[in-house]
Amino acid sequence: MSLMGLTAVQLGQKIQSGEVSAVEAVKESLERTKALEGKIHAFVNLDEENALKKAELIQKDIQSGKLTGPLAGVPMAIKDNMCTKGVLTTCSSRILGNFRPTYTAEAVLNLEKAGAIMTGKANMDEFAMGSTTETSAFGVTANPWNTEHVPGGSSGGSCAAVAAEEVSFALGSDTGGSIRQPSSFCGVTGIKPTYGTVSRYGLIAYGSSLDQIGPVAKDVTDCAVILDSISSHDPKDSTSVRRESYDFASALVDDVKGLKIGIPSDFFGTGLNEDVKNAVLHVADVLKSKGAEVELFDFKLVTDYAIPAYYVIACAEASSTLSRFDGITYGYRTEDFTDLHNMYKKTRSEGFGPEVKRRIMLGSFVLSSGYYDAYYLKALRTKAMIKQEYDKAFAKYDVILAPAAPTTAPKMGESLSDPIQMYLSDIYTISVNLAGLPGITVPCGMDRNGLPIGAQLIGDCFREKTIIRAAFAFEQSGEYLHCDLAKGGIR
Amino acid sequence: MANVISDETIEYVGILSKLELSPEEKERAKKDMEDMLNYIDKLNELDTSDVEPMSHVFSVQNVFREDVVTNQDDRENILANAPSEQDGAFTVPRTFD
Repeated sequence: MSLMGLTAVQLGQKIQSGEVSAVEAVKESLERTKALEGKIHAFVNLDEENALKKAELIQKDIQSGKLTGPLAGVPMAIKDNMCTKGVLTTCSSRILGNFRPTYTAEAVLNLEKAGAIMTGKANMDEFAMGSTTETSAFGVTANPWNTEHVPGGSSGGSCAAVAAEEVSFALGSDTGGSIRQPSSFCGVTGIKPTYGTVSRYGLIAYGSSLDQIGPVAKDVTDCAVILDSISSHDPKDSTSVRRESYDFASALVDDVKGLKIGIPSDFFGTGLNEDVKNAVLHVADVLKSKGAEVELFDFKLVTDYAIPAYYVIACAEASSTLSRFDGITYGYRTEDFTDLHNMYKKTRSEGFGPEVKRRIMLGSFVLSSGYYDAYYLKALRTKAMIKQEYDKAFAKYDVILAPAAPTTAPKMGESLSDPIQMYLSDIYTISVNLAGLPGITVPCGMDRNGLPIGAQLIGDCFREKTIIRAAFAFEQSGEYLHCDLAKGGIR
Repeated sequence: MANVISDETIEYVGILSKLELSPEEKERAKKDMEDMLNYIDKLNELDTSDVEPMSHVFSVQNVFREDVVTNQDDRENILANAPSEQDGAFTVPRTFD
C-alpha cells in the first residue's frame, strides 16, 4: 500500500517507528499530487520547496525525540482562507491573488508545532461563498470519485485532496456546512467543532459569528487527533472559548449503549434523494443494533427558517468583513481610476466574483437604515428560536442524526445558475452554525451512480466527544470502512 | 408580497457596497435581490415579537487584554503586499484638491 493510502495516524506511526521518514512521506504526497492535479485541481498553490525543507528539519526533530506526536511528519493541505506566513493566501479570489500574509493562522501554527507539513493551499469557493467550489477565481475542483461532478464546497479543495489521497489530511472551514457537505460529496470525514473551539485568528472572515475551522480526514480517529491538535484558547481571538478538556481522541470508544439519538422527521421529507435517505437511515439501524435508542422528532421550525435566517446574517456579516478590501494596504488595486472613491469601487468590482458581490449587496441592503429591523433583527430573533429548538432537542437526545446534504455531488455547471436552489442544498448543515453546535460527517454509503453519501451527527455545544463516539462506533461496525472502490479512475 | 427593487435602491446598495455595476449587472442584481428577499420574507410567518435578537450563541462579554506590543516590527513584509508604496508608507490616490 502506498503511504498516501494510509490514514494520517497510521502514517504518523510509521514515521515515529522509523519505518519511513517525513521526507519520504512528503515526497510521495507531492508526487501523487502533481500526477493527479491535472484532473482534480484540489490546490490553488503548491509549496513544494518549503515542504521538502521542513520535512528534513522535522525528520531531525523526530529522530532526536523532540517531536513524538501522532501527526509529526504527516503531509497536509490547508484551505486557502487561512493565513500562512510568506505563502500566497488567496481565498480563491482575484482580490487576494498576490497576498502573502506576514503571520500564520493559529490553527495552522498549532499543526506546525505538532510537526505536520503543509504541501500547499487548497482550492475553495471564493471567500468560502458557495457550495460547489465553482466560484473559485482560479478554476473548479473535480470530485475524485467522478471528475464530471463537483466536490461540494466551500472546502471542496480540502476534501478532494484527501479523497484523492494527495495528502493525509486537510483543514477546512465551515460557515454553513462548508466542511460537512463537501466531506459527504467526497466520501471523507470532517468535523465542524463548537463555535470558539478552534481559534479564528488568521482565518479570513466570511461570517465571523458562524465561521469555524475543522479537520477533514480519512476516518474518525484522524479527525479526533487533528482536532486535539488545532483546538486551543487563543487570546488573539476574542470569541475563543477556554474549554475544560481538549482530549477528543479519548472519545474513540466503540460503545453507544443507551445513547439517545434523535432523527428530525422534517429532514427526511420531500427534496431528499432516496439513496441518501436509505443510507442515512441505515446508520440509525446500525447504531440501534449496537444498543442506541433511536426516535423521530418534530423539527419543522428549524427546517423551514434556518436558510433564510442564515443568508441574512451571513451576508450582513460578509458585507462588513469584506469592506476591508479597499486596494490600499494589500491585495489587488485597479489600474485606472479617477479618484479615491472611484479606486475603491473599481478595485472591488474587478477583484470580487459574482457570488461575492451578490452577498455583499444583499448584506449591505439588510443592514441599511429602514430595513435593519425588518431583515437583520428579524433574522437574529429567528436564530434565537432555532437555538431554543436545539436546546429542546438536546434535553431529550444526546445526538441528532441527519443527512449532510439532500443529494450526492451534482454535476459541474448545474448549480450556479440558480442561487436559491444552491442555497437550499445547505438545508441540513446551516442551522448547526446558527446554533454554534459541533457536527461531524461520516461516510455511510454510495448512491446508485457510485457517488459517496455522508451521514451527519450533530451534538450539543461542547459535546464533540459524544458525536465522535457515535461516529466511531458506526465506523467500527465495518458497514462502511474506507471504501476501496475505484476513485473516479484515479487508482 | 413580491419585493420590487428600484433603480434608486440598487444604486444606493452599490454605494454602500462600494461596487460599480455595469447596466447588465444592475439588472441581474435587481432580480437576484428580489428573489432572495421574496424567499427571506418567509421569516415573517414567524411570530418573533417576544424573542430577543441573538447575536452570539454564548454570552461573550468584552474581552480585554493589556495593551502591550508582543509582535515585532514587520514593516518591510507588510509594505511588500501594498499595491503602491513610497518611502516606507502606503500611497493612496489624492483625496482632496
